[in-house]
Amino acid sequence: MTPLQLDDLRADLAIIQRWIEPGSQVLDLGCGEGMLLRYLREHKQVRGYGLEINQERITTAIAQGVNVIEQDLNKGLVNYNDGSFDTVVMAQAIQAVQRPDQLLDEMLRVGQEAIITFPNFGYWRTRVYLALKGEMPMSETLPHSWYNTPNIHLCTVTDFEKLCADKNIRILNKTVLDDSHQEHWAIRLWPALLGEMAIYHLTRRPL
Amino acid sequence: MPDVIPEDSVGLVTEQTHRFTEPLQLRSGRVLPEYTLMYETYGTLNADCSNAVLICHALSGDHHAAGYHQMSDKKPGWWDNAIGPGKPIDTNRFFVVSLNNLGGCSGSSGPTSDNPETGKQYGPDFPIVAVRDWVNSQARLADVLGIDTWAAVVGGSLGGMQVLRWSIQFPQRLKHAVVIASAPKLSAQNIAFNEVARQAIAKDPDFHNGHYAEHGTIPKAGLMQARMLGHLTYLSDDAMRQKFGRELREGKLNYSFAPEFQVESYLHYQGEKFSTRFDANTYMLMTKALDYFDPAADYDSDLVKCLGQTECEFLVLSFTTDWRFAPERSEEIVQALVKAGKPVSYACIESDSGHDAFLLPIARYHQMLRAYMNRVATDSGNGGGK
Repeated sequence: MTPLQLDDLRADLAIIQRWIEPGSQVLDLGCGEGMLLRYLREHKQVRGYGLEINQERITTAIAQGVNVIEQDLNKGLVNYNDGSFDTVVMAQAIQAVQRPDQLLDEMLRVGQEAIITFPNFGYWRTRVYLALKGEMPMSETLPHSWYNTPNIHLCTVTDFEKLCADKNIRILNKTVLDDSHQEHWAIRLWPALLGEMAIYHLTRRPL
Repeated sequence: MPDVIPEDSVGLVTEQTHRFTEPLQLRSGRVLPEYTLMYETYGTLNADCSNAVLICHALSGDHHAAGYHQMSDKKPGWWDNAIGPGKPIDTNRFFVVSLNNLGGCSGSSGPTSDNPETGKQYGPDFPIVAVRDWVNSQARLADVLGIDTWAAVVGGSLGGMQVLRWSIQFPQRLKHAVVIASAPKLSAQNIAFNEVARQAIAKDPDFHNGHYAEHGTIPKAGLMQARMLGHLTYLSDDAMRQKFGRELREGKLNYSFAPEFQVESYLHYQGEKFSTRFDANTYMLMTKALDYFDPAADYDSDLVKCLGQTECEFLVLSFTTDWRFAPERSEEIVQALVKAGKPVSYACIESDSGHDAFLLPIARYHQMLRAYMNRVATDSGNGGGK
């Protein structure tokens, strides 16, 4: 296997990897085909596990040399000890779990830090779609109809930050990407409006 | 009989034996002064001996895991669907070793072989062996074959227990462990099933406390009952419903105690077949090895501490409808490995075939096994294949 390059990673994963320390222990919730863990192993000597529920993806992750464990995130992380990972990652999955707030607590119980990415429902195109068409917004990032979508807990960047504040969770880093998955100066000014995908780096560790 | 040997078969295979003359100290305290192991190999051992895979068999298995002994064989070896050229355990890449365990009845030393000290058949006097004794004997076979480190040790059910034992007992002698439909120890329910099976055999008047050979009998009825009970615990409720439902043999009720439902004749057939090929003392002994298995016992009953000894990577697989070795039992292994910080992958495969699933060519199961074995090949420098 030739090592993965940064270009091989999805845009949010390429940003996440920057925030992960070399040699650390990572738990990746909803790890998919294990691209992030494979990249981190090959470039940062990171050890860890991916949790996934789709068996086709599990098979691919196994083939990539990733440690992947079949587990339903809705059942929590009870089988993992407190503070047993440096970072717990969940990319594009929090909106699909039954209780995002509880899972967020679990992530910060098991890990010192958490990194979360999700589609920003406050993105301007989404707002315009709802305002003008009067229908639940659909896009490349949100391709499902309201009745069959796995995304049962969509939120905006503002909603998410409120939840973090309520839970005394400190935001270490954040960034948003536009629909071409770029970071640029305008989104930094109005992330809640111009960002399509939000990426947060969190901790409960005091300052 | 195969008219032509299929292309993805290992083909005609020859059994081999090795006589070990160095005494083997057993878990029970007894010593086997000398013994024979019967085994088969498939594929070719490479120059640096890095491509060897050990297959550990389950309760009623043997060394004949793949291929045919002769063209007139009705069936290939018991795991032929997984072992062969291009199959998940690819013999183009791996040198596969499969043996009959000590105490077995297919050629390795066991109750049906002669006791060198008396010149008479061991019968019930063959020492009760534990899983660790099997692993010790397998390690000696590895020495004979020039294999210092297995690329992988693979097994299902009781075979999976041997894999676990390997990883704890000889951490440096295997790189990968594949543990399928297994458990870190039996539950009370499982031990109970084994005891009912043993009692069925022991209470057969033809058993003669295990000395049936001297009386010229075999406890056929007892063995049949034991197998019938075992067999139905290997199937799931769903699988039996689908396979037999309430179908009648003659299409009508006869109001008699003869087998009337198809499921009854199936069990009779399975029991009958087994009772003519399997030795009763071996069955007693193998079920005891299952009952005794509890590697964590040596580590204050702490499975995390126990598996903390291991140095290999693990693949653990279970099956949704397996209630004899339920997915939760496999998950205990996985959770302990995670807590010990050991590399492990796990999946619970959808199947309606119960415990038997581990022997079946279920597409998703074989895809995962193949993906993992590719990784084993890459790790051991045999990724290129032929």
